Amino acid sequence: MSKPSDLDVAYVARLARINLTEAEAKVFQKQLDDVLEYVEKLRQADVSDVEPAAQGLPILNVFREDAPRDWFTAEQALSNAPRKANGLFVVPKVVE
Amino acid sequence: MTEQDLPALSIADLQSLLRRREVSPLQVIEALRARIEAVDGEIGAYLSLDTDAAAKEAEKANVDLPLGGVPLAIKDIINVLGQPCTCASKILQGYRATYDAAVIRKLRAAGAIPFGKTNLDEFTMGSSTENSAMKLTRNPWDLSRVPGGSSGGSTAAVAADEAFGALGSDTGGSIRQPAALSGIVGLKPTYGRVSRFGLVAFASSLDQIGPLTKTVHDSALIMNVIAGHDPQDTTALNQPVPDYAANLGNDLRGVRLGLPKEYLVEGIDAQVKAAINAAVKQMNSLGAEIVEVSLPTTEYAIAVYYIVATAEASANLARFDGVRYGYRAENPKDMLDLYGRTREEGFGAEVKRRIILGTYVLSSGYYDAYYLRAQKVRELIRRDFTSAFEKVEAIISPTSPVPAFKLGERAADPLQMYLADVFTIAANLAGICGISVPCGFAEADGQRLPIGLQLLGKPLDEARILQIAHAYEQSTDWHKARPPIATAMPKA
Repeated sequence: MSKPSDLDVAYVARLARINLTEAEAKVFQKQLDDVLEYVEKLRQADVSDVEPAAQGLPILNVFREDAPRDWFTAEQALSNAPRKANGLFVVPKVVE
Repeated sequence: MTEQDLPALSIADLQSLLRRREVSPLQVIEALRARIEAVDGEIGAYLSLDTDAAAKEAEKANVDLPLGGVPLAIKDIINVLGQPCTCASKILQGYRATYDAAVIRKLRAAGAIPFGKTNLDEFTMGSSTENSAMKLTRNPWDLSRVPGGSSGGSTAAVAADEAFGALGSDTGGSIRQPAALSGIVGLKPTYGRVSRFGLVAFASSLDQIGPLTKTVHDSALIMNVIAGHDPQDTTALNQPVPDYAANLGNDLRGVRLGLPKEYLVEGIDAQVKAAINAAVKQMNSLGAEIVEVSLPTTEYAIAVYYIVATAEASANLARFDGVRYGYRAENPKDMLDLYGRTREEGFGAEVKRRIILGTYVLSSGYYDAYYLRAQKVRELIRRDFTSAFEKVEAIISPTSPVPAFKLGERAADPLQMYLADVFTIAANLAGICGISVPCGFAEADGQRLPIGLQLLGKPLDEARILQIAHAYEQSTDWHKARPPIATAMPKA
């Protein structure tokens, strides 16, 4: 039903660091082609004199005092780590 | 009043009993636990329940505080210290919150007791709660149907008397739509009215936390506690919080309500349409003037939403990488393998789809065509509401074009599921507030299915839509109707 879009699901999934099986990529390709075809309708809107809205309500810069406050201890921050050692998160080696 | 009848009470009625010392907070927790035990096997509203922690809170509860001794269920995407916060995702299995969200801190300070974490669509991405990686939640009115979503665990819990009230979150309708399909009241506050600190972020320019309750008055009571400034969320507006419960009255004289001419046209279930028309007539008889308004750009709302929300989600969900918390794939051979497989195995299909779409619309060469254009159309939508609100105090529509649909009915077609949010999404894009209140029933397969009426209000005008919703609610009996599971005798 859907027209093919420029979206290459397998390529974008790699950018997003999500491994996909070929079967999954194929299903997503069709479903997301449908969605992209649907959003084509935005081309009909006249946006020639419109500034983009980053959010619904205009909120200007918000500042708070730059003061130290209590936050997690290292132990709390590590409490959900899948692997840890010596107060550090353990991951596979990233440098040769 | 026996302990068994307690869970059916509204928050306000429960508070009268608590303050007259006719029941103790501990008895309330016990009654609720028994109720959950009796019906949640069928409903599936809760993902976790820490009765011991709640009982400890109940023992020292001060019932004279604004929500003293009132247990509230919490959508499992809001952090509660020491409790799981799964976001209904495998990627957060085993995670335990190391802090309280700002809303939880405020609830506790007001004496409320967070009791139980409720089911949702994974990371709130869905409109039926079927995208939960944890369990299925059923609609208390018809167990073969969805409760709506994404706050479907919270709404089913309240509708089935498994909670006196609950917190949900609303990014495109996730409070209002399941409230409508479950037959309860759901309020999405103005963007910035309630702090999101401690709410796991999906789409940061759209997300808001709000109350799910049996009555409009209860909604106001919770808003009185959770609304307001928070230095830990820069988007939480530093604006005074009115007493939302103070001026709830029974007439609508002098109130102008807008009926968007674009909203009651095609694709709306005939029974929903009839119920909305009847509600409009009812509000007219209470003194409201009904004015036709036009929101021409809302036809773009879903398209804008699925660009803006997925773009923001792709950035927000980058943090789930298997390094600091949650699920990690076994035996990764290097970092890329760790990221790629952790996210493959940890995320469900809808979450993956949205991250991929969001990554695409932000990518070089497509940003202008999709993301930038969507942000511009978003501004047009905002302007439509601004001009409509020059003529009226609130805008009326159905909350959902259809009543609760069957489990599985829409699960295979993401686009069809997205269209379920047609009436709710524009409010998030424009940052305005909205509420859904019960306004009748549809009949299907011999079952009564709740219908919701949506009232949209100006930014920071929650007090007004609560007043209008309350006056309407009090002139009907819809909010008093009970789902079959609530009136059935609990199993021994």
